[in-house]
Amino acid sequence: MDQINELINIELLIQIAYFAAAILFILGLKAMSSPVTAPKGIKWAGVGMLVATLISFAHPGMHNYIPMTAAIFIGGVLAWWTGKRVAMTDMPQMIALYNGMGGGSAAAIAAVELVRLQSGGELTHAGTVSQVLAVLGALIGTIAFSGSMIAFAKLQGWMRKVYRFKGQQIFNLAIFAAVLYFGWTMIGGGFSHLELIAFFALALLIGVLMTIGIGGADMPVVISLYNALTGLAVGFEGFVLQNPAMMIAGIVVGSAGTLLTQLMAKAMNRSLANVLFSSFGTGDDGAAGAAEVSGSMKAIDPADAAITMAFAESAIIVPGYGMAVAQAQHKVWELTKVLQDKGVRVSFAIHPVAGRMPGHMNVLLAEAGVPYDLIYDLEDINSQFPTADVALVIGANDVVNPAARKDTSSPIYGMPILDADKAKNVFVIKRGQGTGFSGIENLLFFEDNTRMCYGDAQDVVQKLITGAKAL
Amino acid sequence: MEGFVALYIFMLAAFTGYEIITKVPTILHTPLMSGSNFVHGIVLVGAMVAMGHADTTTETVIGFIAVLLGAGNAVGGYVVTERMLEMFKSTKGKG
Repeated sequence: MDQINELINIELLIQIAYFAAAILFILGLKAMSSPVTAPKGIKWAGVGMLVATLISFAHPGMHNYIPMTAAIFIGGVLAWWTGKRVAMTDMPQMIALYNGMGGGSAAAIAAVELVRLQSGGELTHAGTVSQVLAVLGALIGTIAFSGSMIAFAKLQGWMRKVYRFKGQQIFNLAIFAAVLYFGWTMIGGGFSHLELIAFFALALLIGVLMTIGIGGADMPVVISLYNALTGLAVGFEGFVLQNPAMMIAGIVVGSAGTLLTQLMAKAMNRSLANVLFSSFGTGDDGAAGAAEVSGSMKAIDPADAAITMAFAESAIIVPGYGMAVAQAQHKVWELTKVLQDKGVRVSFAIHPVAGRMPGHMNVLLAEAGVPYDLIYDLEDINSQFPTADVALVIGANDVVNPAARKDTSSPIYGMPILDADKAKNVFVIKRGQGTGFSGIENLLFFEDNTRMCYGDAQDVVQKLITGAKAL
Repeated sequence: MEGFVALYIFMLAAFTGYEIITKVPTILHTPLMSGSNFVHGIVLVGAMVAMGHADTTTETVIGFIAVLLGAGNAVGGYVVTERMLEMFKSTKGKG
């Protein structure tokens, strides 16, 4: 009797802990919607995770505690170590990596359940609904796993090529149909070992096939999509395990992630289908939109550019991924302070997809110490370009290309851009004369009011600082 | 749990997630993606339960992998999100 009482209390305690964790997750995510409360938000969510993890050791009837603790320790320490060491510019691929792990974990949970079903046992929660969700979660989680790993490899620079072949979409579709067939046979039980293995192997293959054909520029959208998919898989497996914390957290992430994916795709003027199934952004159709360019690119010495900037009333800095690659954000902030001392009103214009993800550039600028009240979104800053004396474009390309406004034949036509070309003087810091990520000629570089400063962003900005200080 | 109760939970959770995102400024999108990536690290809890109830060697090995990956998701997600958000804290009020 005592034992039964104890059991009931533990069950109750577990449910309360999961309930508290779910509340903390939602409040935490909510707090992350403002820069002021965001650091608190992640801590709340962290407490929720800790509470839920610790209480999970108390589930009655469990064994394997020692290997379980070892797995948590190994996985946790490795992730902690890599997460602490990674540079801010490499954040996107780390998110992809950790997300892939989550997808893999959800898929592995499903695998444990399905192995039991295959050998004549039952799922933790019996019934057809549970079986359907277990299979769906397995499929989605596995795709998120292998897809995220490919995305990680690509952003890390381990896989530079974009792989596409004729009939790829039909091939993918055929594989997908096969997976659905194997998944279907599993519902209700009575399937073979081989079918189970084929199911997972093909699901892995889908994730790989879906991702290898996508270019680096589109990767953030894809990672965001996989993030949403992992959430969905976690939510589905949560039903199989009758775990409400997993169900709520998983589905919240699933829907938030889906919306975020759409916002990102929209900022790039692409539809999600376009990202997944077209070859834009791979560089192999770059010539398509290269309308005749009139005029020529005119170079300027950084020292001369510095003079113009120092005597300007207002300057707008447009940072792009090139700035991040050159690790020039600290120098840029130094330049900003020098200009501010000279009485120049400096602001930063951030395109929604500057950097590699929406908000990535803000993180990089924050790292350098730039206060966020100097940083403006596209909608807030575009009206200020016509009155700005100087627009300084650092390592940004497509996001300031006026072709998006003027040239209907351009692949980026219609994409919202920063109107840097409307400033009185435009200085562009660029490594060389080549085209950008998307391989499209940038009309801005040929404008009469544009001057090019070629070189490494860090060196050029240093020269600007020296030039401005000397005045 | 009844299927329909689960459906209600899924629906309400979906609306909650949608509501949270619509009000987020672009500057927080990357930290938020990372933060939501951390939140689905709750999969660790399920992995622990799955491994804890594993009977055969196959189940235990797969369960081990699940826990390992789940812990990586949760810890890694937390560390990178916290690092990103700390930067917003340090720049607050300056300039």
